[in-house]
Amino acid sequence: MKKKIPGAIIKTAFPTIFQKPATVGYPFEPLKIDDDYRGELTYDAEACIGCSMCMRDCPANAIEIINIGTKEDKKFKAIFHLDHCIYCGQCVDSCPKDALVMSNNIELASLDRNNLKVERE
Amino acid sequence: MSKNLVIPIGPQHPSLKEPACFTITLEGEKVIEADIGIGYNHRGIEKSCESRNYYQALYIIERVCGICSHSHSTCYLSGVEKLAGVEIPRRAAFIRTIFGELERLHSHLLWLGVAGHEIGFDTLFMYTWRDRELVLDILAMLCGNRVNYGINTLGGVRRDLEPQHIDDIRRMCAKIEERNNYYVNLALSDATLAARLSGVGMLSKEDALKYGAVGPVLRASGVKSDTRRNDPYLIYPEIPFDVITYDSCDVFGRVVVRVLEINESIKIIRYCLDNMPDGDIIAKMPRKIPAGEVVSRYEAPRGEDVHFIKANGTDIPERVKVRAPSEANWHSMAHMLKGDYLADTPIIIAAIDPCYSCTDRAITLNNAAGSKRTDWEAIRKHGIEFYRNKGVDVSRILLPEKINY
Ligand code: SF4
Ligand code: SF4
Repeated sequence: MKKKIPGAIIKTAFPTIFQKPATVGYPFEPLKIDDDYRGELTYDAEACIGCSMCMRDCPANAIEIINIGTKEDKKFKAIFHLDHCIYCGQCVDSCPKDALVMSNNIELASLDRNNLKVERE
Repeated sequence: MSKNLVIPIGPQHPSLKEPACFTITLEGEKVIEADIGIGYNHRGIEKSCESRNYYQALYIIERVCGICSHSHSTCYLSGVEKLAGVEIPRRAAFIRTIFGELERLHSHLLWLGVAGHEIGFDTLFMYTWRDRELVLDILAMLCGNRVNYGINTLGGVRRDLEPQHIDDIRRMCAKIEERNNYYVNLALSDATLAARLSGVGMLSKEDALKYGAVGPVLRASGVKSDTRRNDPYLIYPEIPFDVITYDSCDVFGRVVVRVLEINESIKIIRYCLDNMPDGDIIAKMPRKIPAGEVVSRYEAPRGEDVHFIKANGTDIPERVKVRAPSEANWHSMAHMLKGDYLADTPIIIAAIDPCYSCTDRAITLNNAAGSKRTDWEAIRKHGIEFYRNKGVDVSRILLPEKINY
């Protein structure tokens, strides 16, 4: 074993004082979010066929797809509960028509819970 | 004879930022009895898995622990895949292994920082957590999340490794290796660290086995035991790596084992990157899992993780049981605390790298004398009454009308 000296970290600690911080001053400075990050869901109503696979596999019951058209002429709308969603992306994987895609928008905080229920058509 | 002093440590912030209550009986400065009270963080995870399908349960299981999420999901999935008789593609097994080791890297770096913080060595805490960010950045780049990676799915993995990712991982490995070698050096050369941690929280080899310790705690007591070697899964049978042990049986040994394991993890990641085969990343899985029971094991950063799954032929599991590694280490920890000074308790507790919420369980005693079932209203009434007797009125705290989940 080596000879033990106290305060061996000082050689590294001292020069660090002159380095730039390792943290980012978000929200005052922009934060780099990877393109593949799992952020807010986007919905393509044209592509959706209303199969409900996304609703069936969502672990948090955070997504609803409803028919706002008629029985013959179907038109779909999605309701996202952003406060329930755990951003796992299982709905995106389950969707057979690629109607759901995750964006890298992470700025979803709100002081009012009602704002977190969003509708997309 | 003077009376022994009983000190409750916790439930708020007992050395780590999770709730647990350690009732410590002192004789002078020495701990003579330690009682561990857990259960403040019970979330009913096992139960909620039983009302969700296998895909939904995967995300619940992934959230058993924020640090070893991949360990739990892989352990659960290897059970489900075994029941379904599905073998995952080789490339998927490589990707799962890489994630498992990346997880070990950031978990051990996190622990090293926490350990430093507990003994007042905050410089170490700052540096290791800065370095840990390098690993988290790589994880976010690969799977889109810093924690709870969501890379696993039934039958394989959800995202592939692109060639440009591989270069980034290699660069990160080189940087972490350089930093870690510095920590190894520091652990072995800094006199303060050795003086503070040597001989603290002793757990002899016999006691470690007797109390069923797992993971780095067991290995720091000189027992060569690692699920990756004893009962290998994924591609571990073919990976050359060393099982790190140290026989000082104290907290210092646990530091040494963990920093040396970081280097082994880097070795494993490099092996995976060098030998990664091409091909599919996901195999077809049936939605309904054939009836049966399975136990699967996995070496999480904190030790051996065990999952039991019982399937009944539907797409919903009948029973999911999780034995998180911290649960196995509680018993040895109560033993380690005895005989040490009160001032050593935070670092002894932190040295098993405990995770309280993984561990908390609810137990129903059927037919126990005098037991009865209570509904939510009655529990609330009891709670209000309990606190009123202590002079606190909590009846004005209103509950949300109905939370619609
Ligand atoms: S991301 Fe996950 S939690 Fe959110 S809506 Fe999709 S499946 Fe549900
Ligand atoms: S899974 Fe896709 S196609 Fe089916 S209802 Fe959901 S969004 Fe529409």
